[in-house]
Amino acid sequence: MNTGIWNYWVVVFLMMAGLYVVMAKRNYVKKLMGLSIFQVSVIMLYVSMGKVTGGTAPIYVLDGGTPAEGIVYSNALPHVLMLTAIVVGVATTAVGLGLIVRVREAYGSVEEDVVTEQDRAAEAAEARDFAEAGP
Amino acid sequence: MSAVLDALCVVFLLGGTLFTVIGGIGMIRLPSFYTRCHAAGMTDSAGAAGVLLGLCFVAEPLVAVKLLSVLAFIWLTSVASTHALVKAAYARGLRFYDEQPIDLTNKRPQPGAEDRTHKRSGEEE
Amino acid sequence: MELLITVTLFAFLIWMAVVIGRQRDLFSASMLTGIFSLICAGLFTVMDAVDVAFTEAAVGAGISTVLFLATLALTDERERRPEHTPLAAIGVVALTGAALVYGTLDMPAYGDPSAPVHTGVARHYMERSWDEIGLPNIVTGVLASYRGFDTFGELGVIFTAGIGVSLLLSAGTPELTPGAPPPPPKSRAPYVREMPILRTVSKALMPYILLFALYVQAHGDFGPGGGFQAGVIFTAALILYGLIWGPSAVEAFARRRLVERATAVGLLIYGGVGVTTLTLGHSFLDYSALSPEHPQHGQHWGIFVVELGVGITVSAVMLVIYYVFASRPKKDVSPMRQPLPLLGGACVGDVSTEDAEADS
Repeated sequence: MNTGIWNYWVVVFLMMAGLYVVMAKRNYVKKLMGLSIFQVSVIMLYVSMGKVTGGTAPIYVLDGGTPAEGIVYSNALPHVLMLTAIVVGVATTAVGLGLIVRVREAYGSVEEDVVTEQDRAAEAAEARDFAEAGP
Repeated sequence: MSAVLDALCVVFLLGGTLFTVIGGIGMIRLPSFYTRCHAAGMTDSAGAAGVLLGLCFVAEPLVAVKLLSVLAFIWLTSVASTHALVKAAYARGLRFYDEQPIDLTNKRPQPGAEDRTHKRSGEEE
Repeated sequence: MELLITVTLFAFLIWMAVVIGRQRDLFSASMLTGIFSLICAGLFTVMDAVDVAFTEAAVGAGISTVLFLATLALTDERERRPEHTPLAAIGVVALTGAALVYGTLDMPAYGDPSAPVHTGVARHYMERSWDEIGLPNIVTGVLASYRGFDTFGELGVIFTAGIGVSLLLSAGTPELTPGAPPPPPKSRAPYVREMPILRTVSKALMPYILLFALYVQAHGDFGPGGGFQAGVIFTAALILYGLIWGPSAVEAFARRRLVERATAVGLLIYGGVGVTTLTLGHSFLDYSALSPEHPQHGQHWGIFVVELGVGITVSAVMLVIYYVFASRPKKDVSPMRQPLPLLGGACVGDVSTEDAEADS
């Protein structure tokens, strides 16, 4: 049994917490918050994999103009990928929030139940109109 | 010399930690919003000051200057934010004398309605 | 000691995630997401990812919280009580979680230096970056040079997202107030503007925060920082200013039309560097072309210009997003004139609702 993998379990817990909020909550703003938690869990997964025990931040420690010998650095690659992902994440979250604002303006609510009911009602009315006008 | 600096560092760090712990206890134990704000504000200003000043004694000069500027920013921003928090609560009608103790079970009614009643009772005074 | 800090922060993080999930007051939940991000930033620092921590602190605790609050101002601040326990969701989450935990059993341990992630191309970056690029900050070198294509694409995504939000929220405003004068804003901003202490502090801090953003932009080659962080910090400062002095005060400083154009300018600068290297006979974004006899200098130049483009686009896009959210009027849907019953359950528009109402 490998005991050094608890960081993944935290990530899994956070991921599932975010997934649960996205699936179980009916409020769209809340769903986006769940999505943010999910996103952070993914970022945490990458960054925690890049950590090296006893390592330091991936910035060369200079010794007279050249990197000093014998210093362990953590892996910079996950940092690069996640650094951009965070900024992209907030930009896409903003798109989601913009959609929510428009949904609120169109339906008067940001609760999934209300929106779905209105959609069903509109569909039913449309079908009725079609049936009446059809023959 | 370095022993003196180390001792000063330890004293300041312990002082800062003490303030932070007291502030933390205050956040939990104090009964109402305004008193809790006091505890939180103390953590920010006194606790952070103790820790940062303590670190200044053992840091290199450049790092010490950075720490001091961090301290200056904390003293500006955290004090201002505590002020804004308290003032916003006051503007929404939360009065000190008629404030109910905060319910730790967190099962309060609609916060908006509660605040409005406070405002009304405050205005009647 | 370090492990103790990590474990404590992870515990805070889990606790915060649970509280956010359970909190039905969305205003509180938004503030908690800010705290969540700040704890994350602390964790990233412990895991040596200082650049990521920098970004997360500025984005998560600064911009994203403000965006959530702006959305709440345009929608509702309370979440409705759920009608039933979502058993299906619990089941799915439990099953997926169990499968994922089972999957982690083969993973390398936390901090293992011989993990597969440290081999291959990552090892090349870590070992050769000083000779090939010559910048102390490995992250900047990998971000702008080795993986310049990735970053270019990500910048494109950010640009597209900015256009998307702008299109979503700039259109359709006139229909909200047909004929009638716009209702007075109900925000708390006018009150905040009357606080002399906040006004003074925000005015006094503003130049230093903007200067710090420029420092982060320029110093990204040598320490944590770079275009992404600088752009976000720059905009966070302007948003702070806008929170206290109102969006129009920010628009007086950075005109909206200008900012909208700037979103494209950054991307064009980035792409322009790539085209320049192409015309010089090298491959796309191969900065060595800029100084053939001294490839390292070429790399430095290329990275500097590319990071500048990143900073311009990121800060302009964030600012545009803030503008469109802040200038959007709230459509008034009072619960009395709600077209549908809020308590749900009945299928509205159906005959059954009318029947139910007649019965009651």
